[in-house]
Amino acid sequence: MSKLFQSFGLSAPLAGFLAAFIASFVLITFMLISAIFAVWLERKVAARIQDRLGPTRVGGKFGWLQTLADGLKLLCKEDLVPKDADHVLFRIGPYIALAGSFLAFIVLPFGSGVVPVDLNIAVFFMLAVMSTEIFGIILGGYGSGSKWAVFGAMREAAQIVSYEVPMAICVLVPVIVAGTMSLSIFGRQQSGVFWNWYVFHDPFTFGAFWTYFACATASCKRAPFDLAEAESELVAGFHTEYSGFRWLIFFMAEYGSMVAVSGIAILLFLGGWHTGLMPKPWAMDLSETFLGGLFGNVINVVVFIMKCYLLVFVMMWVRWTLPRLRIDQVMMTCLKYFLPISCFLLLGVSLWQVGLEPWTPWFKYVMAVTCVGLFIAMVVKIVLTPSTLPVAGLSGMWNAPAPKYDMARKS
Amino acid sequence: MPEAIGLNHYLLLGAILFVCGAVCMATKRNAIGVLMGVELVLNGATVNFVAFAHFNPAFAVEGQVFALFVIVMAAAEAAIALAIVLNFYNNHLTVDVDTAEELKG
Amino acid sequence: MSLQAFLFYLLAGLTGLCAISVVVTQNIVRAAAWLLFTLAGVAGLLFLLGANFVGATQLFVYVGGTLVLVVFGVMLTAQGPFITMKTGAAEWGISMIVGLLLYGVLSVALLTKPMKFTSEESTQGEELRRTTVLGEALMSVDGATQKAEVTGVPAEKRKELPNKGERSTVGYLLPFEIVSIHLLVVLIGAAYLARTKRRPAGRAGGVNPPVV
Repeated sequence: MSKLFQSFGLSAPLAGFLAAFIASFVLITFMLISAIFAVWLERKVAARIQDRLGPTRVGGKFGWLQTLADGLKLLCKEDLVPKDADHVLFRIGPYIALAGSFLAFIVLPFGSGVVPVDLNIAVFFMLAVMSTEIFGIILGGYGSGSKWAVFGAMREAAQIVSYEVPMAICVLVPVIVAGTMSLSIFGRQQSGVFWNWYVFHDPFTFGAFWTYFACATASCKRAPFDLAEAESELVAGFHTEYSGFRWLIFFMAEYGSMVAVSGIAILLFLGGWHTGLMPKPWAMDLSETFLGGLFGNVINVVVFIMKCYLLVFVMMWVRWTLPRLRIDQVMMTCLKYFLPISCFLLLGVSLWQVGLEPWTPWFKYVMAVTCVGLFIAMVVKIVLTPSTLPVAGLSGMWNAPAPKYDMARKS
Repeated sequence: MPEAIGLNHYLLLGAILFVCGAVCMATKRNAIGVLMGVELVLNGATVNFVAFAHFNPAFAVEGQVFALFVIVMAAAEAAIALAIVLNFYNNHLTVDVDTAEELKG
Repeated sequence: MSLQAFLFYLLAGLTGLCAISVVVTQNIVRAAAWLLFTLAGVAGLLFLLGANFVGATQLFVYVGGTLVLVVFGVMLTAQGPFITMKTGAAEWGISMIVGLLLYGVLSVALLTKPMKFTSEESTQGEELRRTTVLGEALMSVDGATQKAEVTGVPAEKRKELPNKGERSTVGYLLPFEIVSIHLLVVLIGAAYLARTKRRPAGRAGGVNPPVV
């Protein structure tokens, strides 16, 4: 893009600066919109899982504008800083969290070549930047000057630092298979039909995907690992004292990092921006010749974002289905289960690459067809299951004949 | 701006970090503050290493390798130092380095 | 002013200011926050120098690991009087003078004997090669490090060196292994040092640490 501006006669530094500005503007808009959409989705998913309707009124049929209205409300709220708070830390905390989450998007390719900075160690960079996000939480939590916030922040620090280890090791598993850390190359390597995706490459990458996803859920502090903000124990955890705009920023950071870790999972395991439906030559033809590649790029970006949201939806589904763990259970899950499992996967994939590489072709077809078959069967089952119709009046004990108690015996 | 950014600019920044770290180690009474001073010194070293790696083609690899080792060593040093500080805090209920005088001859 | 220069002055200024703030501030938690910005600024400078891998490692290990540990230590020990511990004016004065002198010596030494190396702006391909070479050097792959002239030795004395001033290719597998073992030892040692010890009840001076 810098070249484009230079062709308009701008000097090189100015053109670079302008290109960077536009790229970051597009990214931050994407993050904002995706946060707005994710909050709405979260409320709808939660409501449906709990057999409710969720937001229905604001902005038409499905409550589309509910989040916007909420955001407006939050912006109008008074910006409180508690008396005991460390003012500087309290104020900068949310921005550090947002910066960490936002920087990860800089190297995340949305399509073939649709990436602000095509870094050759992109996945490592993303993990590194997202690991700085907790500083906002720790400093904000400590700066609040409240016990709940400090406890939430300390839990958060312990949890994220521990979960980073198995997460990084799981990321190494497909890196070993692909032989690169560049996310763009990852995307290009997995083009074609879905059995080329690395999740089906061998049993170890298949295991690594699930372990990575669980660890990523934990490192985004999503339920069932959201001990840092467990409202039953810690009021609201690290953001107890926050209100208004700063609270909003914490939430943007959380949803941003959800999309970012889903993006990593998609690119590393689930075929990046490819639909996985077309064999390689066709897809190449379509995306590179039709309308000079522009059409292909748009399709890529749309597919990638939809896949990301599929994983975000799974995270929400998990959140509203599973109960929250205890903090010691969270740490034990990481250190006693995920860490050994991920080390085993790393060792296994190395051995597979050394010795069992010839097995890959037949394994990946079997695995891919089985998994997709199961997925389709699940969807069919869900669609075909008759939904319970709402009945007039309350169901349950009120409709049943009254139980017969022998009142006389009690007295 | 008189000249392009050269090696000296980076070395001067490294020197600032080094001196800040040294002064930090000297003035802080909190043991963890002293540890922060050590981190600053090590970061000055990292900046210098990588600057040399960038500007001197002969050390393009070595500078980065040593910078990596510095980072890893810093992590190890911080872990041990914090363990010692916490142990000291458990036994003496303070983190003031001036009170650590049991072994004074 | 080129973009490179602008970014350098921005990042260097931020890093330097934050480093000075670490020293000046009395509040230990705020010092940790300033240290965070210093380390992040250094990581930015490393990216600016084209050392992507080192920069990302700096963020991952230093900022995301070490500094979290430090802040954790601060939070565990931060109780009333220890958050702000004042240093005497005399100590401040002496250390400031020594620090300024040290900086003066360093900068004079730098500026009077300027080191000039020929270097060209790194390109994308160059960066890719650098990161790959870094891995190969750590794995002691043959021919990873390029042959180059030893610098810093006067030309006439270079002939006396064992290999005529040309460095042979070297690898860093052994240091790499040593560092790995070292980390393992540190892991065990830190766990041993920091574990809660059982003390006989009623011993003077020994108070159980706050349970978190």
